[in-house]
Amino acid sequence: MSLSLERIDKVVGREIHLKDINLDLESGSRNVILGRTLAGKTSLLRIMAGIDRPTRGKILIDDKDVTGVSVRKRSIAMVYQQFINYPSLTVYKNIASPLKIAGAKKEEIDRRVRETAEMLHIENLLARLPAELSGGQQQRIAIARALVKNAELLLMDEPLVNLDYKLREELRIDLQEIFERREAIVVYTTTEPAEALMLGGNIVVIDEGRILQTGTTSEVYRNPSTTKVAEIFSDPPINYLSGSVQGERVHFAGGVELALVDHMQGVSPGPYTFGVRSNHLTLSQTSNEDTVLRGTVELAEINGSETFIHVQYDNTRLVVQEDGVHHYRIGSKISIFVNPGRFFVYDTDNKLVASPTRAYITNSLQ
Amino acid sequence: MAQIELRDVAHSYYANPKDESDYAIKRIHDQWEDGGAYALLGPSGCGKTTLLNIISGLLTPSQGSVFYDGTDVTELPPEKRNIAQVFQFPVLYDTMSVFNNLAFPLRNRGVGEKEVKKRVLEVAEILDLSPFLNKRAAGLAADAKQKISLGRGLVRSDVAAILFDEPLTVIDPHLKWNLRRKLKEVHEQLKLTLIYVTHDQVEALTFADQVMIMYEGELVQTGTPQELFENPKHKFVGYFIGSPGMNFLPCTLEGNIAQINGAFIELDDETAVLGNKIKGKLEIGIRPMFLECHAASVAGGIATRVKAVEDQGNFKIVTVTLAGHTLRARLPEDQAVPGNEAWLRFPIQWTKLFADGRLVK
Repeated sequence: MSLSLERIDKVVGREIHLKDINLDLESGSRNVILGRTLAGKTSLLRIMAGIDRPTRGKILIDDKDVTGVSVRKRSIAMVYQQFINYPSLTVYKNIASPLKIAGAKKEEIDRRVRETAEMLHIENLLARLPAELSGGQQQRIAIARALVKNAELLLMDEPLVNLDYKLREELRIDLQEIFERREAIVVYTTTEPAEALMLGGNIVVIDEGRILQTGTTSEVYRNPSTTKVAEIFSDPPINYLSGSVQGERVHFAGGVELALVDHMQGVSPGPYTFGVRSNHLTLSQTSNEDTVLRGTVELAEINGSETFIHVQYDNTRLVVQEDGVHHYRIGSKISIFVNPGRFFVYDTDNKLVASPTRAYITNSLQ
Repeated sequence: MAQIELRDVAHSYYANPKDESDYAIKRIHDQWEDGGAYALLGPSGCGKTTLLNIISGLLTPSQGSVFYDGTDVTELPPEKRNIAQVFQFPVLYDTMSVFNNLAFPLRNRGVGEKEVKKRVLEVAEILDLSPFLNKRAAGLAADAKQKISLGRGLVRSDVAAILFDEPLTVIDPHLKWNLRRKLKEVHEQLKLTLIYVTHDQVEALTFADQVMIMYEGELVQTGTPQELFENPKHKFVGYFIGSPGMNFLPCTLEGNIAQINGAFIELDDETAVLGNKIKGKLEIGIRPMFLECHAASVAGGIATRVKAVEDQGNFKIVTVTLAGHTLRARLPEDQAVPGNEAWLRFPIQWTKLFADGRLVK
């Protein structure tokens, strides 16, 4: 199956929820929709599902226009942020419900319910009621119900957002294995860069109802086309330094300067924004080319395996990611090292002109 | 400010508890030093809110006693314990100004207006609330409201401790770091006893000097964030702190070599001596970050089959199987990615031994 969205707009009252959305999705593909809260992720899924009608544009399934066709007539399964189950039905009956509605035979239902429950490690909870289970288990039931009918389009709207991080971690691993074996088009929305990277496949980065960039997830991560995409696709936030290129050198605010090396060679003179992800700022020197920035510690956040040190540097806040758990005193002075080979370079229109994996192209045509 | 001590505290919500599993708090004997910043961290249902309520006096424990600076307060209600609390949702008077909200706890205790004004202005300054003092609380954003809730605790000079129960739940993610920073500053400046309850490791580890990990009604480890990460004393701590959690492999021990179905892993001598004396189920534990994973054969490397490689952008998680067990290794960005096979090395200083779930040390 293939699903295409053509020039979709969705306007509610005077608010534009989606604008000029064009997408082609193929069977067996995994598609992540990455965007912040209120970017339009849920609106987009609802249109794909046929729950909402677009204001303009067409939805094609296998080149057939299905724009007005009811959700019931399409082969679709959807999982929501909230754990939605039938409270009075056992786990078994919850998972069986879509098959029952579809009129499957008893033996067939039994086989598929058990198979799906096993996939999600809830096979020993089948006789229980949802209310007796933890949030993580309840969401597993909802996911099992979506998977059991083998729908051609599987839509998941931030399915892990309401779970504790440990449950999220476990379910994320299971979901990956499940997606590997699916023939369906999987569309998965998230606000988290790490989750997007883990799911891999293709990515659609959206913001304020518009698509900013599409491509394979790892390519987009390595070449975010605008500063906005880089912000949405970096957690902790990407660090920006404004600098001015003069001749073969770049001068940053705060008096630091360095030579334009590697991928930045040939960048024409003028003001630019230099972006560097927090894991590429280090507290010890990693190469001879490293430049030093001196700042003041504002806070050290610890996420369990890494320490994120927020540093005030010349009116800019930088975040340094360090492996392991370390203690830093607020207010202490600190030296940050950055390898120029790690910079993303954005022009005054916030467009990417050079990245560590894509050298600057001197284009006299522009 | 006070030192808080729990002596053999246990609590059951049942009138006649029969066995261990009927207890929400199993047996806690611990103390919170005056002026310390503590976090109580654990998954939902581990008993952390029950414990907080016992400390604050909202709940009288079924067994044991609670001491503040050496005085038994077990039977005293919260208002007699001089405890301030900040809950998940801001608790304040919407129709009152920020100033009056902050002044309320003092006026309630009959403090003179001159002193009220002095304290309120001081606290507002610390919390960056000075520009809002004349505004009505109703119109403010969630983070400002939560700062007022905190401020209502801080204005009282007699407060023994401030207890926080998941205070950042309603705060937008990008504002959280700001509040975390503010809490740390408040602690540095005022040296109050702060106890912070959460299920979120980032909040606990960022906020506290000492983190207490709760699991099934027990405090399984108290330590600095670094200690919990590097030296978990209980399997649960290894699992719960860090993403992904610690790897565990059942093993037998011969001399200082741990054996896992034909694979041999060296332990340090001290651990091995202790391990050989202990009876119980033995397991090796190592963090994914410390487990070396090589794309080609290396000296002392154990060959394993690669199950999956996940690109996390700035690192990769390699999942391998070793003698039927799944292990995860965190591969730095610039290191070669293994194909079907990977060779593992277990650095001796990061390879821990656990017996019946507890660190051998």
